[in-house]
Amino acid sequence: MSVTTIQAPPVGARRKPGELGDKIFQAMCMGAGGFVLILLGAIIVTLFLGGLPAFERFGAEFIWGTVWDPVEGQEEFGAGVSILGTLTSSVLAIIFAVPVAFGIAFFLTELSPQWLKRPLGTAIELLAAVPSIIYGMWGLFIVVPFVQMNIQFAFGDQLAAIPLIGFLFESTNFAGTSLFSASIVLAIMILPFIAATMRDVFDQVPPVYKESAYGLGATRWEVMTGVVIPYTRISVVGGIMLGLGRALGETMAVTFVIGNANRIATSLFDSTTTIASVIAMEFPESLSGSLQQSALFAIGFLLFVISFFVLALSRYLLRPRLK
Amino acid sequence: MNRRSLLALSASAIAAPAILRPAFAQQATITGAGASFPRPVYDRWAAAAREGANIALNYQSIGSGGGINQITARTVDFGATDAPLTTAQLTERNLFQFPTVMGSVVLTVNLPGVQNHQLRLTPEIITEIFFGRLNRWNDPRIVELNRDIRIPNIPVSVGYRADASGTTWAWTNYLARISEEWRTGPGSGTSVRWPAGNGARGNEGVSNLVRNTPGAIGYVENAYAVVNRLITTQIRNKAGNFVRPVNESFVAAAGTADWTVENMAPDTIDLAGANVWPITVGTYILLPTNPVADRVEGSRNSMRFFDWAFRNGSQAASALEYIPLSSQTHDLIRTRWGQAIKDPQGRAIWTGSNA
Repeated sequence: MSVTTIQAPPVGARRKPGELGDKIFQAMCMGAGGFVLILLGAIIVTLFLGGLPAFERFGAEFIWGTVWDPVEGQEEFGAGVSILGTLTSSVLAIIFAVPVAFGIAFFLTELSPQWLKRPLGTAIELLAAVPSIIYGMWGLFIVVPFVQMNIQFAFGDQLAAIPLIGFLFESTNFAGTSLFSASIVLAIMILPFIAATMRDVFDQVPPVYKESAYGLGATRWEVMTGVVIPYTRISVVGGIMLGLGRALGETMAVTFVIGNANRIATSLFDSTTTIASVIAMEFPESLSGSLQQSALFAIGFLLFVISFFVLALSRYLLRPRLK
Repeated sequence: MNRRSLLALSASAIAAPAILRPAFAQQATITGAGASFPRPVYDRWAAAAREGANIALNYQSIGSGGGINQITARTVDFGATDAPLTTAQLTERNLFQFPTVMGSVVLTVNLPGVQNHQLRLTPEIITEIFFGRLNRWNDPRIVELNRDIRIPNIPVSVGYRADASGTTWAWTNYLARISEEWRTGPGSGTSVRWPAGNGARGNEGVSNLVRNTPGAIGYVENAYAVVNRLITTQIRNKAGNFVRPVNESFVAAAGTADWTVENMAPDTIDLAGANVWPITVGTYILLPTNPVADRVEGSRNSMRFFDWAFRNGSQAASALEYIPLSSQTHDLIRTRWGQAIKDPQGRAIWTGSNA
C-alpha cells in the first residue's frame, strides 16, 4: 500500500463570470422570447393571407353576410351567422356559469370548513383538465336528450306562451341539439376557470378589511357585497372575460351539440353554428386554393381577432393592482 | 464480462432483426390518402394484401378533399375521393380516376311503431321534407302511401351531415335529380346550404340524432345503417317501383351504370331500372398519369394492389356492405391503366397482372 499525499487544489486566477456563456444564454433567451412573437405574427399573417381572396370577393359584407353556400358554381360566403352564434352561445354560457362560479368561490373562501377547501379546490381544477371532446360526448348523450325531453317537450309550449319573451322558447326544432344545449355545455366547461379566478381574487382581499367589517357587526353577506366584491370587482370581470375567451374558441364540444345549421337562432331551442364548428366541419373536405377554403381562413382570422380583443381586455382588467 | 462486450452484445441483439430482415424485405409499401367512406374496405384489403400480394398499404382517411389535394401535390401514391372529378379537372391535375367499390345511401327514420323497410316514400315527399315544408308525419300525402301502417301524429325533424362528406354529396345529388327546385336552390355538393333541419357530425351523429328524436328522418350510408340496425325506408325509384334498401337493389344499380365514360365516373344516381336503388354511388381512386421517376414504383404497386383486390377482395367488400364491381368493369379498369398511366420515358407502367 503506497502512501498518497493529498494535494490542495491549485489556486489560479479566478474565472471571470463567463462573458461568452452569458452572451450565448442571453441570446438564446431573447430568441425564445422573440420566437413567440414571430410565431404569433406568422399565424395572423397566414390566416389573413389565406382569407384574402374571400375578403376581396365579398368585401366588408363578409362579416355580416348570412349566406354560407359552399356548393361549387354558386359559392357565397358570409360569416354573420357563425359570428353571431359564437357570441350568443358564449355570452349565454357566461350568464349560466357566473352565478354558479360565484357560489363556488363564495363557499370556498368564506363558508367552507378548512378540511374541505383543499379537496374541493382540487376537484374544480380537475374539472378544468377534462378534454373538451369528453364534454362533447357527454353533452350529446346526456345534455341533449335531457334538454329535448325534460325541458323542450315538457315546458316548451308553456314557456312559448309567456308574453313578450315567449318567442325565445318557441321553436320547430325538436332534435335537442340547439343553442341552449351548447350554452349549457360551454357553461360547465368554463365554470372551473371562472370559479378558480374568483376564488384567487377573493383570497387576495386583505383580511384586515374583512375583519374591520365584521368588527362593525356586518354579516357574511354584507362583507361579501360591501367589501370583497367592490375590492375585487375588476379582477372578477377579468376572470369572466378569461372564461369568455375560452368559450369563444371551443370547437368539438360545441360542434356535437349546437346543430350546425347556418341559420340565425331566434329561439334558445333553435340550432345554429359557430365559427370554430364551421371550420372543423368543412376544412377537411375543402379543396386547397378554393374560395371555400379561403372563406374558412377568413372566419378563422375573424375568430382570432375577436378572441384577441377579449383576452387583451381580460389581461388589462386582471393586471396587478399594486404598482 | 466487461462493459464493452456487454455493449457489443446488446448492439448485435438489436441489430439481429435488421440483419435477418433482407430475406423478407421485398414487401413494397404504398401510401394513399383520402375518403373516409371506403376506409374499412381498404383496410381489410390492406391486411389481406400484405400476405397475398406482398404490398403494405398505408391509407390515411383524411377526407376526399384532402385526398385530392395530396395527390395533386404528389405527396402520396394515390388519392381517394367519393365525389368524382370531372374529365376537365382530371386533365388539369394530370390524374387518372377509377372506381373501386360502390356504396349506397339510405333514409333512416324514428317513428314509434314503424318497422324496418316499412315506410314508403316518394321523391316528391322526400323533397318536401328536406325543404322543411312537410311538418307533420300524419300528412295526407304520407298516410295515403302507407295505408297498412299506423303513422303517429308527430312533427318531422330533418337530420343531415354537418361535416362535408361524400354521403352528403350522394344525397344532395339525388335531391337535385328529383327536384328542379333543389337543383337551382341548395344544389349538390359535399356540404350545402340546408333549408331546414339539424346538422350532426358523421354517420354516427346523424343516426344518434334520429334515434333520440321521435319523428326524425336522416340519411346515412347503408353500411352504417345495417351494422347499427337502423330503421330504413323504401323509396320509389325512377321506374315507379318502391324498392327496399337491400343488396339486390344496389347490385342492380351497379349493373345498370355505364362505366365506359371517359372519367370512369358514370351517373349512378336515380337510374332507370325496375328494382334499382336510386342512391348508389361509386368511390374512386386517383393516380397520377405522369408519375415522376421515383414515384413510378409506387404507382405500379398501387395498381398491383387494386388488381389483387379486384381479383380477391370482392367477398370482403360484400361482407362490409359495399357493392363490388363486376369483373367486366375490373377488366376495363386494367385496360385503362395501360393506356393512361405512363412513366417519364412514355412507357406504360401497367403491363398486366403478372408483371
